Amino acid sequence: MSEVLVLIDAPQGKVTKPSLELLTIARRIGEASAVVFGDADTSVLAEYGAEKIYTYADSAFAEYLVAPKAEALAALVAEKSPAAVLVPSTSEGKEIAARVALKSESGLITDAIDVAVDGGQVTTTQAAFAGNFTVAAQVTQGAPVIAVKPNSAAPEAAAGAGTVEAVSFDVPESAKQVKIVSSEARVSTGRPELTEAAIVVSGGRGTGGDFTEVEALADALGAAVGASRAAVDSGWKPHTFQVGQTGKTVSPQLYVANGISGAIQHRAGMQTSKTIVVVNKDEEAPIFEIADFGIVGDLFKVTPQLTEAIKARKG
Amino acid sequence: MTKIVVAVKYVPDATADRTFEADNTVDRENVDGLLSELDEYAVEQALQVVEAGDGEVTVLTVGPADASDAVRKALQMGADAGVHVEDDAIAGSDAFATSLVLAKAIEKLDYDLVFFGMGSTDAGMGVVPTLVAERLGLPAITFASEISVDGETVKIRRDGDAATQEIEATGKLVVSVTDQTGEARYPSFKGIMAAKKKPVEEWTLADLGVDAAEVGLDNAWTKVESTTPRPPRTAGEIVTDEGDGGTKLVEFLASKKFV
Repeated sequence: MSEVLVLIDAPQGKVTKPSLELLTIARRIGEASAVVFGDADTSVLAEYGAEKIYTYADSAFAEYLVAPKAEALAALVAEKSPAAVLVPSTSEGKEIAARVALKSESGLITDAIDVAVDGGQVTTTQAAFAGNFTVAAQVTQGAPVIAVKPNSAAPEAAAGAGTVEAVSFDVPESAKQVKIVSSEARVSTGRPELTEAAIVVSGGRGTGGDFTEVEALADALGAAVGASRAAVDSGWKPHTFQVGQTGKTVSPQLYVANGISGAIQHRAGMQTSKTIVVVNKDEEAPIFEIADFGIVGDLFKVTPQLTEAIKARKG
Repeated sequence: MTKIVVAVKYVPDATADRTFEADNTVDRENVDGLLSELDEYAVEQALQVVEAGDGEVTVLTVGPADASDAVRKALQMGADAGVHVEDDAIAGSDAFATSLVLAKAIEKLDYDLVFFGMGSTDAGMGVVPTLVAERLGLPAITFASEISVDGETVKIRRDGDAATQEIEATGKLVVSVTDQTGEARYPSFKGIMAAKKKPVEEWTLADLGVDAAEVGLDNAWTKVESTTPRPPRTAGEIVTDEGDGGTKLVEFLASKKFV
């Protein structure tokens, strides 16, 4: 069975859940091989089915933007002729994928929400036009390079050999043109990652900048906190919280929108959520059109009542 | 003197009912098109760089005849010149072929920096800036949320998920610009009048030395098997709060086993 290369995301050495999802998807296609830049907990990669783990230690991978990683991964693709290459569909993952695909003359699919294999043929599913369409696609040239979104598969444990192979790669000078001058790590909120969370509670213009009730509800539900573009543009939340076309696309089991009108820009990022609940005092707000359950009311009254009721039920 | 090429895309209006053609390409006939909103931020940043120092902005698009609207809008905003690459063979091109045509056109232009929006509002892969950089052998700094040019040095801030980065670079460079860089200007009446006199070059694949067999739907490295409208969400229950809205919500969430 041929190899499937999986680019692992492991900030501060901790392998992310989407990386384990990629290993699970890789095993549908062939033998999963993890590719790790920097440090990562390799035992968890073996637990989730990695037969081989290629590790790269050069400090250039952290000091420069994606070019060195793309060069190294493309060289590995040329050497191993994998059946497919899977990367996380993050901005960095897609950038690496694009350069690797072009260097390897392989077709590229980004933002896949499912990857199916039938008789060796890989077919992906993506959402298009703000989630109003579902697109099925195949790569017709080279080994498919596929960027997969979080929550596209449930990570399944499966013992893999997990053989670690340290790869020495001379990063070409041409890939060292743009150096990161300074980098300030984002402080963790302690809440789940927005794109990975099973429940997302978000706030918009209707919060008036006061996210206290939104955050209290999120914590009662164990949810991630999101924000509309209006809330981000007003400076109430950083851009990393933004759900929508120019922010994060989320597809949780439950999405609770507080004081969000539901412009197309926002709906593009959340309308594939399984269940949508809305609190908004404007009954004309377009977000009600996609709500499974909506309350026309003041979020500063309704949301705290909901939070208290959840806490009461949980005891 | 900073010469900036801004690559822009003419896209179907995102607020209209967008759909696909029978061959699974984007329907560009029956939906009004416009300059992609996300590219306006790139045009704005290019104009600001030039206004803060010295230079010129050339706006470049690849697309059907109507795509000249996107060039005109950028010229109205203040860009100095336009280039429109139009060729029937390009129809249905994937991101790789599009990046090839763009890269060949950019090579023909005199430039220091190439700006893009962060992604298109139709296909939205967001990989074309990177692919063009790869073809031109240049670094790409993507998702810039702040840009300034100081002499030969370009300074960029990126607000990523894991960290905020400060980047400095010299030499030719590809940059993609997010909507966090600040509102794009509206064309003024003066800008609209001035745009009529600005030069727009029309190029074909032959002008760029690109073979038709390298582009177009039939030569794409991926194939769209099907496009399916998502079933509309079934109408939900909407209740007006009468003091018990939160209680009703928790009952709904309990019925769905969320609490």
